[in-house]
Amino acid sequence: MKLPVNIDIAKTHLLAKKRQTAVAMLGVTFGIGMYILMISFMSGFNEFLEDTLLSSTPDVHIYNDIQTDYSRSILDEIMDTNKVVNVVYHTKPKDITPNIRIAQKIISDLKNDEKVLAVSPQLSTQVFYNNGPVQINGTLSGVNILQEALLTGMSDKMKTGKIENLLTIDNGILMGQGLANKLNVKVGDIVSLATPKGTSLRFRVVGTFQFGMGALDNVKSYVAISKVQQLLGKDNQYITDINLKLRNYSEAQKMAKVYGARYGYKSEDWQTANASAMVSILIRNVMTFVISFTMLVVAGFGIYNIMSMTIQNKLKDIAILKAQGFAGKDIRQIFLTESVTIGIIGALLGLALGFLMSYGVYNLPFPKNEFISITRFPVTFHWYHYAFGIGFGIVTTFIAGLMPSVKASKIDPVEILRG
Amino acid sequence: MEEKRSMFSKMIGSSNKQAPVTYIDDPNTVLSTHQLNKYFYEPDKFHVLKDVSFKVDRGEFVSIVGKSGCGKSTLLYLISTLDTSYEGEIIINKQRVTGLTQNELAHFRNEHIGFVFQFHFLLPEFTALQNVMLPAEKLGKYSRSEIEDRAYEKLKWLDMQQFANKVSGKLSGGQQQRVAIARALSNDPTVIMGDEPTGNLDSANTQIVFDILKDLARTKGQTIIAVTHDPEFAENTDRTIEMVDGEIVKQ
Repeated sequence: MKLPVNIDIAKTHLLAKKRQTAVAMLGVTFGIGMYILMISFMSGFNEFLEDTLLSSTPDVHIYNDIQTDYSRSILDEIMDTNKVVNVVYHTKPKDITPNIRIAQKIISDLKNDEKVLAVSPQLSTQVFYNNGPVQINGTLSGVNILQEALLTGMSDKMKTGKIENLLTIDNGILMGQGLANKLNVKVGDIVSLATPKGTSLRFRVVGTFQFGMGALDNVKSYVAISKVQQLLGKDNQYITDINLKLRNYSEAQKMAKVYGARYGYKSEDWQTANASAMVSILIRNVMTFVISFTMLVVAGFGIYNIMSMTIQNKLKDIAILKAQGFAGKDIRQIFLTESVTIGIIGALLGLALGFLMSYGVYNLPFPKNEFISITRFPVTFHWYHYAFGIGFGIVTTFIAGLMPSVKASKIDPVEILRG
Repeated sequence: MEEKRSMFSKMIGSSNKQAPVTYIDDPNTVLSTHQLNKYFYEPDKFHVLKDVSFKVDRGEFVSIVGKSGCGKSTLLYLISTLDTSYEGEIIINKQRVTGLTQNELAHFRNEHIGFVFQFHFLLPEFTALQNVMLPAEKLGKYSRSEIEDRAYEKLKWLDMQQFANKVSGKLSGGQQQRVAIARALSNDPTVIMGDEPTGNLDSANTQIVFDILKDLARTKGQTIIAVTHDPEFAENTDRTIEMVDGEIVKQ
């Protein structure tokens, strides 16, 4: 094989000191390998978390936020505060119902909005599930189950039964798996619910679901919206929440503001609703990058060290090459080629190592846990993580090799040759 | 007059586009220097070379002798274009090398100058043949197979062909020096510069190397300039330039 002479010299150098070359490569290999493992695992975990959050939280949630602003009393609206001073002790909120008054209009309006994929009106209430003499606290959501399924992807999360059963069976209820376990009920069993106001109804379990979050699976049930209206003694227009699924969930924050302003109700996006979870995702991402970056930089320093040492050992060779007519740029090219070769091969091996390690982790069974419904460690395999890994590896080794190479190219041959 | 001259040479020295100026009428002259002056500044300012001017003809085997510190090695590195901080003018093969850029000089050395050093200075990871091929590959005048053939021929001429594929780090001192001579010949240079080419060899190898150099000058018309300590070596060359305290005292 015919190589340009500079590359040929670089190759001979690398092959002459195989062990040193291998050590330098291993530095890069481990750096990149660990980066791939960490980023795959972390992003897998983050994606799993985001998925769970998204399926349990609507993209946008419109509801009537009960005002707890006590700084103005009703008296202020009647008596002009410019002329008199009103003093009211221990103010309380007005007696208001927490429903959305123009719900039907908002729903039909949102259904025509091209950014909205699905609209699910809801009526939620606190309930007690009666289990013999014991009452278990939980929540009950009245929904149009087909719309709700579009939002949460519930169809895939059913452990037993089917969501369509809710439409066909009168007084049917879909129950969280954890809750069903606590109540010791299965599909076909009857369960009795009571509201805080004292009314109660009996439902037949037609299915159980598992979102993978204890906060939902252990407390929540779904029934038809009219049943909750009946339970609360409200009319058939009574709705407390409107949940939206957007075509593009990353626009939630922007659209929530738009809808809030348009309809005059509190409008919350999923990121705000899960602010603490989003912060932990962000922190994990930052940590992953900081640690990976550190590992690659350490690998870079390893290369810098080895290249500096190599060049120190080859001062005589560099001088003789210069005497024979190799210019400074040739010397620079020789040593840069060496470090970038180490970088490319090391990084490629690192990608392979990283892939094998993440594949190994992917096949590890996840410790059994009643709150999280996964059976093995969440790991992603995204091509761009690998592209970034090799790109960063090459850039690091290039920079690490550049300084010693430039130094080598500036060596004065006369000083070396004269001894 | 002196000052004017050095100023003039500096002026043209600063312009790289300067066409080669020919001062030499004698077509036989291969190398000539004019009023070379060189100073060392570390640790103190020291005038190493004082108005050194000489000429070397084609095919001449010239030795430069003198005591340690007389400036003979310094002079060799000036005329071999490795050291560029001097006053005066050097012309090799009718080309003015004073004032060329480092890259131009590198190319010039590659084509016109071969080196033989006291300590062989072969690249230890490469085979003898590869060492001889490197300068030719750098020049890129011939194809790879031609370069290999020519390099092999040179080794053969020096009776080193049986070591062609041996890693040079594993050859003996005398063998290495012979390979180094083959390497110096790689591009059929105008001049071979030797810095104590036999300084590190025993007497038998000294004799072999000297005979090779002599033969090169005799049969191939190769110009050779060698710095040496060895009075016997110097005596047997065509001409001896003797230096004392940075000045040429005898040619």
